[in-house]
Amino acid sequence: MNSEVLSSTRQSVELFVTLFMFWVLLNGSLAPDTLAIGCVAAFVIAVLFRDGLSFLFEFRILPSSLWASVQYFVYFMKELIVANVRLAIIVLSPSLPIKPGIVKVRTRLKSRMGRLLLANSITLTPGTLTVELEDDWLYIHWVTVEAVDMEDATTLIVAGFERYLERMYG
Amino acid sequence: MGAIIDIIGALLLVLGTAFLFLGGVGLHRMPDVFNRIQVGTKTTTLGTLLTLAGAACLHPDWSLKLLLIGLFLLFTNPLSSQVLARAAYRSGAKKMATMVTDQFGDEPGDRS
Amino acid sequence: MVEVLIYVAAGLAGGAFLLALARFVKGPTTADRVVAFDVLTIVAITGIVFAAMFEGRVIYLDVALVYALLSFLGVIVIARYVERKA
Repeated sequence: MNSEVLSSTRQSVELFVTLFMFWVLLNGSLAPDTLAIGCVAAFVIAVLFRDGLSFLFEFRILPSSLWASVQYFVYFMKELIVANVRLAIIVLSPSLPIKPGIVKVRTRLKSRMGRLLLANSITLTPGTLTVELEDDWLYIHWVTVEAVDMEDATTLIVAGFERYLERMYG
Repeated sequence: MGAIIDIIGALLLVLGTAFLFLGGVGLHRMPDVFNRIQVGTKTTTLGTLLTLAGAACLHPDWSLKLLLIGLFLLFTNPLSSQVLARAAYRSGAKKMATMVTDQFGDEPGDRS
Repeated sequence: MVEVLIYVAAGLAGGAFLLALARFVKGPTTADRVVAFDVLTIVAITGIVFAAMFEGRVIYLDVALVYALLSFLGVIVIARYVERKA
């Protein structure tokens, strides 16, 4: 079997696993007939939509990457709360202290899922919103622009998440 | 014990909906589309997650389904905001003087 | 205590809904309306969760989940349309 077929098979298997997990969570039961229906449905979808993205896509199954996922999640939740408190302060202060702009940053991540998660994380963290993803470049709308330079902006916005995502997806 | 968890759950509900309310206020106070999207997506994500967590405290047997809704929103909410931001930019909403920098429009192949 | 807090929370959610609705009516651009619509649907999802709690029926949560799915698709489709029109 050549590597192309192998990777496409792996992709289908990953999609199947994700769909099946979703089904089990949705039903909240482990009855045999429920599992059987979920199995068939997930299999059909996984075969029909080979290109579908899933959480496990290109995920490295290593203890260190699992640990990185846990750290990533904790860091993400912390950032989400910080983001909300900061926005709440901005919205509630009468002078509305904003300084919006769009900056360009670069990511080292190569995998599709890694980049997608990075873009999503950036959107949910303090004052930043991903407008466009183009090759290695991300365009970020920033409520309070702190750095116009690409390198500085990359350090401020991307580096925090990239640290973990790099170990998870590469 | 159960009573304490109920109170925590109710407080989480109030906190979550307070963030939703702030999001609503932000939609009116922010001057342009992009800032509104920022407020909209962040406050609703945390607000809904806190509300779902509160509901899970009040009804522990619903936790699994609430978790599923939470995970789903956590993933789709920022995605729809991104698609929306890009659409807003391309449809010409960028015309606003308050932006201090716009490195997206500076590109050679201008997309606007 | 708990009852009162739940009503306060429901009231806040209602307020958020009205504020987003006002933005939806005001606009001024299509993109503004879509942002408001996005917020509206998410507040509506919490509304469904509240309804589930008041009625004590877990089946409403499935409605919330399907609604979340459909509103996500809806926003994506409208955003595409706005983009195409430009």
